Amino acid sequence: MTRFEHDSFISGIGQSTIGRRLGLSAIELTTQSCLAAIADAGLTAADIDGLSTYPGGDAAATAGYGGPPPATVQDALRLSLNWYQGSAELPGQLGSLVAAAMAISAGLCRHVLVYRTVTESSAQGAQGRGAVLPSAASEVSGLNYWTAPFGAVSAVNWLAPLATRYFHEFGATREQLGAVAVTQRRYAQHNPRAPLQTPLTLDDYLAARMISTPLCLLDCDLPVDGSTAFVLSHAACARDRPNPPVFIDAVGTAMRGRPSWDQYDDLTSMAAGGAAAHLWERSSLWPDDVDAAQLYDGFSILVLVWLEALGFCTRGGAAEFAASGELSAGGRLPTNTFGGQLSAGRLHGFGHLHEACTQIRGAAGARQLTPAPKVVAVANGGGPIAGCVLLAAEPVP
Amino acid sequence: MARAITDPLLSRPVPAFDPLAAFFWESGADDQLRILRCGGCGLYIHPPSHPCPQCFSTELAPTVVSGDCTVATCTVNVQQWVAGQQPYSIAIVELDEQQGLRLTSNVVGCDPNEVHIGQRVRVSFIHRNNIYYPVFVHAGGDDR
Repeated sequence: MTRFEHDSFISGIGQSTIGRRLGLSAIELTTQSCLAAIADAGLTAADIDGLSTYPGGDAAATAGYGGPPPATVQDALRLSLNWYQGSAELPGQLGSLVAAAMAISAGLCRHVLVYRTVTESSAQGAQGRGAVLPSAASEVSGLNYWTAPFGAVSAVNWLAPLATRYFHEFGATREQLGAVAVTQRRYAQHNPRAPLQTPLTLDDYLAARMISTPLCLLDCDLPVDGSTAFVLSHAACARDRPNPPVFIDAVGTAMRGRPSWDQYDDLTSMAAGGAAAHLWERSSLWPDDVDAAQLYDGFSILVLVWLEALGFCTRGGAAEFAASGELSAGGRLPTNTFGGQLSAGRLHGFGHLHEACTQIRGAAGARQLTPAPKVVAVANGGGPIAGCVLLAAEPVP
Repeated sequence: MARAITDPLLSRPVPAFDPLAAFFWESGADDQLRILRCGGCGLYIHPPSHPCPQCFSTELAPTVVSGDCTVATCTVNVQQWVAGQQPYSIAIVELDEQQGLRLTSNVVGCDPNEVHIGQRVRVSFIHRNNIYYPVFVHAGGDDR
C-alpha cells in the first residue's frame, strides 16, 4: 500500500524549559521549542513553509491548555507559510502531526513546524485544577453539558468510571495499576527534564490520597508549563539532515464508536480500539515488531487501555503485564521511558512523541534503551479521543 | 412517590438552554423521566439529536421511561473541586428500556462507597437552579 505517511519524516525535535509555574509566556516557551527543532533539523526559520498545532484557537480562554495559535507563532518567527492549521477536531493531539504529513504528501509544503504548548501549571496556580473547572452554578454547554451538572467536572471523573469497569471486568487491582506510576517514576529519575524524580514505591502509591475512585493522585498526570516542537520534512530531504531521521510507518486515526464519554459501546477501551485497529490495517508491521511504546498517560489506566488496544497484551491482560515488570527497561515492552506525563509532566502527548524520536536516535542519555529501538508505538488520547502512530528508524516498506 | 432528597453536591452547574434538550431538564416536574424517542423505529435517542440516527425519521418525541436502571460503572469523587465538598457518587446508569442507553448522573441517599456495578437504581429528582436534575436512588432487588 502506498501511504502518505512515507512522504515525510521527522527531521528535527525540540523542547522548551519544562517545569512547574515557570511564569513564562506561552509564546516564549513555544519559540524556544520551535527554534530548537528548526536548528536540530539543520534548517532556518526561512525554510519553514508549514505550521501545525493542537488545539489552536483562543489560548487565553483555555487556562493554559491551548498554547498560542498558529497566527501568533507565524508572526513571532515571521514565517512565510504555504499551509497551516490549528485545530482540536483531530484524532487526538498527534492529529496535528498527521495533518502535517498529509499536507506534505499533498504537495502543499515541504518543512512543517508542528508544536504543542501548555502553561497549565501557571494558569492553575496554587489552587490546582479546581481553579479552572466549571464553577458553582455556572452555565455549561458543549463537552461538559451532560456531565458537569452531576459534578463530573474533570477528566478524572470521566475516566475513573472506565477504570472501575475495567477492574470489575478483568479483576485488576490498584496494586497492579500502581506499577504504571512506580515504573515510570523510575524512568523519570534518569530524565533530567522530569519535574518529579523522587523515588516512588508501591506503598507510597497505595497511600496517596484518592481523587476519584479508583484513581488516586499518582494516577493523574502532572500539570506543567512547557512546549514541544517537531519539524516534519519532505522525504526527499532525509539524507541531508544533521541528525538521524525518524520515519512514520503508519497512523491510526479511526473513530469507530460514538464520540462520547458515556455512550461509547465498550466502556473499558473506548476510542483507542478503533484507532489502534486502523494503525495495524495500514502498517505492514505487527505488534511483535515494536521495541518500545510511548502511551498516553493523562491517567495511568490509559496505559493499560492502549497496551491492549494496540495488541501488546490480551484483553484484560495489561494490568498483570504492568505489574510483572514488562514496562521496565528490561521488560518485553519498555513503555513511557521518559517518565510519562505522570512524572515528566503533562506535555499533552507531545512528550511521548519527543521521547520516541529521542530513543530511536539513541540520544536518551542515562535512560537510553539498548539497543536503540527500531520501531516505537506512540499513542495519545483517552476515552472518546484517540490517535496513534508507529515511528521507525528506517523506512518500512 | 418522591420523598425529599438531600443533594450531596454543594453546587451544581446549570445546563445552558438548548431547545432540543430543555424537555430533559424540565421532565422531573411531574416526577417522570423522559427520553427522546423515534416515532418511526422506536429508538431512544440520548443525548437528544435530530433526526433519528437509525431510521432518519423526524417524528421524535420526549417519551416517559420507567426510570429503572442498572449501574454500568461508577466512581466516588473525593477531590474537593468545591471547598468543603464531601465525597459523592458519580455513576453511569443504563436504562432498562434499551441496551446501551446511558446517563451520567449521581446515586444519592446512600454511602457513595456502596454504589457498585450491577446495582439496581431508580430515578428521582433534585429541583434546583430551576432545573430538575435526574439522579438515582438504590432500588433494592438483585444486582444485574
